[in-house]
Amino acid sequence: MILVQGKGVSTGVAIGPLYFYQRAKSTITRCEVADTDAEWNRFKEAQAKAIEQLGELAEKARKEAGDEAALLFETHQMMAEDMEYEEAIQTAIQDTKLNAEAAVTDTSVQFAEMFASMEDPYFQARAADVKDVSSRIIAALTGVIQGGINSPVPVILAADDLAPSETVQLDKAKILGFITEGGSGSSHTAILARTMGIPAIIGVGDQLKPEYEGKEVIIDGSTGNVTIDADEDAKAHLLKKMEEQKKMREMLEQLKGQPNETLDGQKIKVYCNIGGPDDVPAVLNNDAGGVGLFRSEFLYLNCDDFPSEDVQFDAYKKVLSDMGGKEVVIRTLDIGADKQIGYFNMPKEENPALGNRALRICLNRPEIFHTQLRALFRASAFGKLGIMFPMVTSVWEVKEAKKMCDRVREELTKEGIPFSEDVEIGIMIETPAAVLMSDRLAKEVDFFSCGTNDLTQYTLACDRQNADLGRFYNPHHPAVLRALKMVCDNAHKNGVWVGICGELGADLALTETFLSIGIDELSVSPRSVLPLRQKIRETDVSQVKEKVLADLLSDENAI
Amino acid sequence: MKSFEYTITDPVGIHARPAGILVKEIKKYSSTVTVIKGEKSVNALKLIALMGMGIKQGDTVKVTIEGADEEAAAAEIEAFFKANL
Repeated sequence: MILVQGKGVSTGVAIGPLYFYQRAKSTITRCEVADTDAEWNRFKEAQAKAIEQLGELAEKARKEAGDEAALLFETHQMMAEDMEYEEAIQTAIQDTKLNAEAAVTDTSVQFAEMFASMEDPYFQARAADVKDVSSRIIAALTGVIQGGINSPVPVILAADDLAPSETVQLDKAKILGFITEGGSGSSHTAILARTMGIPAIIGVGDQLKPEYEGKEVIIDGSTGNVTIDADEDAKAHLLKKMEEQKKMREMLEQLKGQPNETLDGQKIKVYCNIGGPDDVPAVLNNDAGGVGLFRSEFLYLNCDDFPSEDVQFDAYKKVLSDMGGKEVVIRTLDIGADKQIGYFNMPKEENPALGNRALRICLNRPEIFHTQLRALFRASAFGKLGIMFPMVTSVWEVKEAKKMCDRVREELTKEGIPFSEDVEIGIMIETPAAVLMSDRLAKEVDFFSCGTNDLTQYTLACDRQNADLGRFYNPHHPAVLRALKMVCDNAHKNGVWVGICGELGADLALTETFLSIGIDELSVSPRSVLPLRQKIRETDVSQVKEKVLADLLSDENAI
Repeated sequence: MKSFEYTITDPVGIHARPAGILVKEIKKYSSTVTVIKGEKSVNALKLIALMGMGIKQGDTVKVTIEGADEEAAAAEIEAFFKANL
């Protein structure tokens, strides 16, 4: 058993023979050969192979489309063994001592020119037939396989990396999974694998040796493990995992179109977190009800200067229209702390997490905020928009931000630019101050969305990026959960809905808790939507609520 | 040696499809079949050369058949020309 470690970029387990991608050489070599008889035999073998392939194609065509369709390939067969064509190649090899590849190429050019110079367009077009036949013989000579895979059974395909043009030509039915030497999570191979729903592992470097070709290999896209000639235990383990994943996928697939409703009839919305318009297909494909968090930072991070109002408008509009009327909550600029952007020219801070970040930057530099709000309201005409302000600690901040919204609405009205009157305004709840003031904040907004990553960090005064603080950073801490309950209670008293858009939302160990305290919406990554839906549909809130609420206050949980 | 003359009626002339079938037909016999148009002549087994003559509708060609089985071959091939070309 040989183990190779790479980086998994598309999940799933697959088993099959390892196959190295056969790359076509773009140029053929031209050289003088000493043993012309051997070279002539090389040609005869390649010619026979080409004729055999054409015979197979003719039979396939005959079965699928009849004798007429088969005739094209039969004609190609005759061209391949045409006496004059063969004689010209023989002369090139025997007399000029050319290697077979060059001899076929030269003869192909010569015959193609003969056809091309004929008057009749029909005969001119036959030049293509000569070239086609010749390239088939050259492919047989150089051992290149059309489509990159020459295997009767599906394979695990290994390559250094694949170019877009190569991935297009791959025979997809022959691929069980990918392994690449290089590549990145956004390489074409990775994207193709995720689209096809098969596992892919990248970055194995030179660990895959050519002599492994044909050996049985098992790849696990969730761990990045490549197991070659697995022993029985390892194989049994991985096959079991593959079977479980298959069952899971089938089961999740059936959950599409089902409501996010508990056994006792309590409903909760399941939305998605996205980083840009490219993520929308995944949202819809996983049957999410909307977008609960669209991080607008990507627009700023992908630029060398502040993105213009129109650039932003296009991106927001695209997401809103692609979501087809489903709600989209866009968070206004949230940079600072761990997300820095050069052109903002922010001075270095001692405590960036407690510094000039998110809404604070927007209120300190209203011109940046103004541009974004204009783009947002303009886009609101194309769907159901919610605008959300991050990093709120005080009621006055929300009032000031809303005043800016009013100003933008007035401007757009004056300019005759359409926008929606039904844009919901909400805030992130991610500071202890916002939790404690949630009864007052609720009077200013339509919704709350709890950013549990920062809420945990600020509530526990614990840096989430400091590896030494692992056991101190506990998102299940009762302080965090009590905070969420307090926010829910204050929100509901004021008719405001509450969501969770942090990573905690997808934590199935807490789904019962969230349902019990009355969270209205969970916003998670697209692939978490269906597992979460399954968990919700298995939960009976009436059975667990009392215990969950008691646990928040119990002595043994007061860790 | 046997021979016949034939004027091509097929709108495309001696193109790939009938030329291909013709080569198949001729291979059944041991006789040598030659297609002659004006000064040019080709061995009809040479598919590419035969097509390369660019024989069009209205062209008259002479076909010669020479060999042990020329009697049978000539009748068969003339019938083929009439049916397909």
